[in-house]
Amino acid sequence: MDSVIVENLLQRLVTGVLVGSIYGLLCTGLGMIFGVIRVINFAQGEFMMLGMYATALIGAMLATLFAVGPAAGAYAAIIVAAGVLAVLGWLLQRFVIGHVSGARVVGSDNEGHFAQLILTLGLSLVISNMALIVFGSSPRTVQSTLSSSSWTMGPFGKEAITIFVNQARAIGCVAAIVASVGLYLFVQRTRAGTTMRAAADNPTAATIVGIDVEKSYAVAFAIGTGATALAGGLIAMFYPFHPYIGFEFVIIMYAGVVLGGMGSMLGAFWGGFVMGLVQQLSTYFLPFQLQNATIFLLFLTIVLLRPQGLFGKSVERT
Amino acid sequence: MLTSPFQGPALRMIFVVALVMALGSFFIRDPYYQLILSTVPVWAMVALTWNLFSGYTGLISFGHSTFFGLGAFAVALLAIKQGISPWYGLMVATFVGGLASVIIGSITFRLRGHYFALAMLAYPSLFIFLFDWMGWQELTFPIRRDDPVGFMQFTDGRINTLIGVALMTIILLITLVVERSRFGLAMLSIKQNELAAEAAGINTFRIKMIGFVATGALGALVGGFHAVVLQVVTPHGVFGTVVSAQALILTLFGGVGTLWGPVIGAVVLIPLTESLRAQLGHILPGIQGVIYGLTIMLVILLAPEGVFWKVKDMLARRKRLATQSASDRTPVKVAARTSDALAALESTAPISSRIVSQAAPVAGETLLKVTGLSKYFGGLKAVQDVSFEVRTGEIVGIIGPNGAGKTTLFNVINGFQTPTAGSVEMAGHPVTGLKPNALCHLGMGRTFQVARPFQRMSVLNNVVVGALAPSRHGAEALAMAHAALVMVGLDAKSESLVSGLTNLELRLMELARALASKPKLILLDETLAGLGATEVEEILLVIQRLPAAGVTVLIIEHTMHAMTRLANRFIVLDHGQVIAEGPPATVMANPEVIKAYLGKKWMDMHHAAA
Repeated sequence: MDSVIVENLLQRLVTGVLVGSIYGLLCTGLGMIFGVIRVINFAQGEFMMLGMYATALIGAMLATLFAVGPAAGAYAAIIVAAGVLAVLGWLLQRFVIGHVSGARVVGSDNEGHFAQLILTLGLSLVISNMALIVFGSSPRTVQSTLSSSSWTMGPFGKEAITIFVNQARAIGCVAAIVASVGLYLFVQRTRAGTTMRAAADNPTAATIVGIDVEKSYAVAFAIGTGATALAGGLIAMFYPFHPYIGFEFVIIMYAGVVLGGMGSMLGAFWGGFVMGLVQQLSTYFLPFQLQNATIFLLFLTIVLLRPQGLFGKSVERT
Repeated sequence: MLTSPFQGPALRMIFVVALVMALGSFFIRDPYYQLILSTVPVWAMVALTWNLFSGYTGLISFGHSTFFGLGAFAVALLAIKQGISPWYGLMVATFVGGLASVIIGSITFRLRGHYFALAMLAYPSLFIFLFDWMGWQELTFPIRRDDPVGFMQFTDGRINTLIGVALMTIILLITLVVERSRFGLAMLSIKQNELAAEAAGINTFRIKMIGFVATGALGALVGGFHAVVLQVVTPHGVFGTVVSAQALILTLFGGVGTLWGPVIGAVVLIPLTESLRAQLGHILPGIQGVIYGLTIMLVILLAPEGVFWKVKDMLARRKRLATQSASDRTPVKVAARTSDALAALESTAPISSRIVSQAAPVAGETLLKVTGLSKYFGGLKAVQDVSFEVRTGEIVGIIGPNGAGKTTLFNVINGFQTPTAGSVEMAGHPVTGLKPNALCHLGMGRTFQVARPFQRMSVLNNVVVGALAPSRHGAEALAMAHAALVMVGLDAKSESLVSGLTNLELRLMELARALASKPKLILLDETLAGLGATEVEEILLVIQRLPAAGVTVLIIEHTMHAMTRLANRFIVLDHGQVIAEGPPATVMANPEVIKAYLGKKWMDMHHAAA
């Protein structure tokens, strides 16, 4: 094989793994909400967008206040942003979305899906358009040199294959993996996590054994929102953003979650990972405009062949 | 339901609305209001065409813009590349939309609920990227001064408004006809419970496909018309999420699955957002989005059923209050319920003497024959090598602890799942692998553990769903439904709304729905679950009468107690296998059965004590 081809492919593979890990965290956040509360949250893309703006704004502020570099400021800001968004998510579930989800809608027409859809669609419209009013429509970036700096791997072999590892993406990848593993351990190992899984599995039974399902839902929503905002912040380090970016990503997020299997956190991560990988690899074979089209094709194929996802179980009761 | 579309005020209302809009377009001179008036019918149609499928079947589609966009591009491409008039282009667009929906439907109908909604999201996104890549970022219709009317480029914009109003009237009429037809009721039954609809003999795939083709063809027509009005088409403009979202929002605002919901949504929200954009758009870009979002959020929190139902309920309540005060608040005599009648009986005769044990075997001919039936899910052997027969006139109870495979056995017999091995024969015909709706036509009915009745429909209309498939016309379906209600003793309640029924009455209604298709064999899935002791007695009486009416009964239960007095014969399942079979008394004494129910430990203790 021509060494240029190998280099090109490897380069895209590496970028795909880096971006895929961050998409994995993005999807883990949505998977938490989709899986635990069974709500289709259309505003998830807007949470990501808010995470991006919060990172840029708080980062700039921190950098000036504490005289640290813009990159350090931005990374500190990402954590703050995730916390702020988590609180917002908690409030939203408690006071808004809680009205149309969980025990209140069991047995109602369509199990409340119509109501959830329109409510979160409304929420998404409000948030994205508020952002347009406040931030304006021109694309923004986080001011740091990381996105244009790379570590070099290689040269390997006698063809001297060299691969560049973008620093912003690499740091994002590591942070996303750490956060995802942390979330997984939280859900699997802690008492709050077990409670949450019980509430997701069977809200009625969970209530009977004394679990505060509403509280579990609020916590899940908060974590889901925070995780997506965190991933948004990491993406903002290397990708320009605008108030309507949520729409662009919400489809990728759902594709990832469904691909991984609804209700499976690990699945959501791998689903997002595959999305990132495919998106990057496709640029090698296809024109740039069709980069996202491959994502949707893949999504459709998987959904048709394995609607329960790669990791999900088929659960349908008559 | 099942009434002529020409009855009642709906038809008149459609023409009144059309007339008001048409007249409005002549008397409103202000170009800005003209614009709004021409926009309202277009978006009302987008919502109406979405509602026609998603509103009635409950399968929410996020991808309605697929059809809208294909229609727009079909008209634009034909006019630009081939010089074909949009008048013909619109016909082609309708055809393209129908064709696309057949393809998309046959792929995507394998999915339900969330998954269907999400998969539909992918199609328009695919087209956006595809058409961008084809270089069709912006298509502008060529100006045809030679033949403006032939190319729908009217100098007077009001003509487009009139065409829009005319198209909207047609789509409203189609919706009205569908809503009042058996087809519409079949779509509603899918919304309610797709599996139950299938078991009631409705070919759900076919119904969904026809509805989807209607939604796709008409959606494309509207998209094509929209392109003609704007004279420019962009992939994002016509395939964008906004189009699908708009269809959803307008419909949900007004009321899903109603004739007027989408129109109400468009009439209220479109002018609101358009005027906000005009007034404040330059200072606060996106203000219309914020207000839009807030409005629909408030609607869903305060009137989640949509404005249509909210207003209707409010009017109904006021009317009821008025009639109540007029009739001097005489308490309305509620029709005697089955339970009242039974309560009277109860006082004269002890329960045990009323329900005679039917331990005597019934010697009819074999109706259902199950041979070596197995169903494995990967390593899980849910049903293993099960064989039994049910004879005409019997009541056979399939009992067994939770997770014994009872419902899976039903699903395999009934055709929801294909067996891994074995065969099923119904009245001598091999029926293994047949779809539930085909089995229903052969005389096999079924009830479900999860009942999802229509709260806003009368008891009779809920039951009619069960009679749709075997009946030839609406009147026959109504008669069959009524007969079924008489059979379960719920006929006095036939006009009541389901929301007012007790748990027992709901269960009886479910039973009536399954009986409405006049089955020879009925499979009852835990019909007694969750009922109180007296309620169980009432429903037992009803089931006991079924063999006399020509309905053989196969019933699943995990509580044996009531069943011992109901069934002629027990088949006991444990871990997917038949562990005992015979008259209730014999089976109950079988140590294997006791072990399965109570565990080995209990057995040992019991034996030690004895």
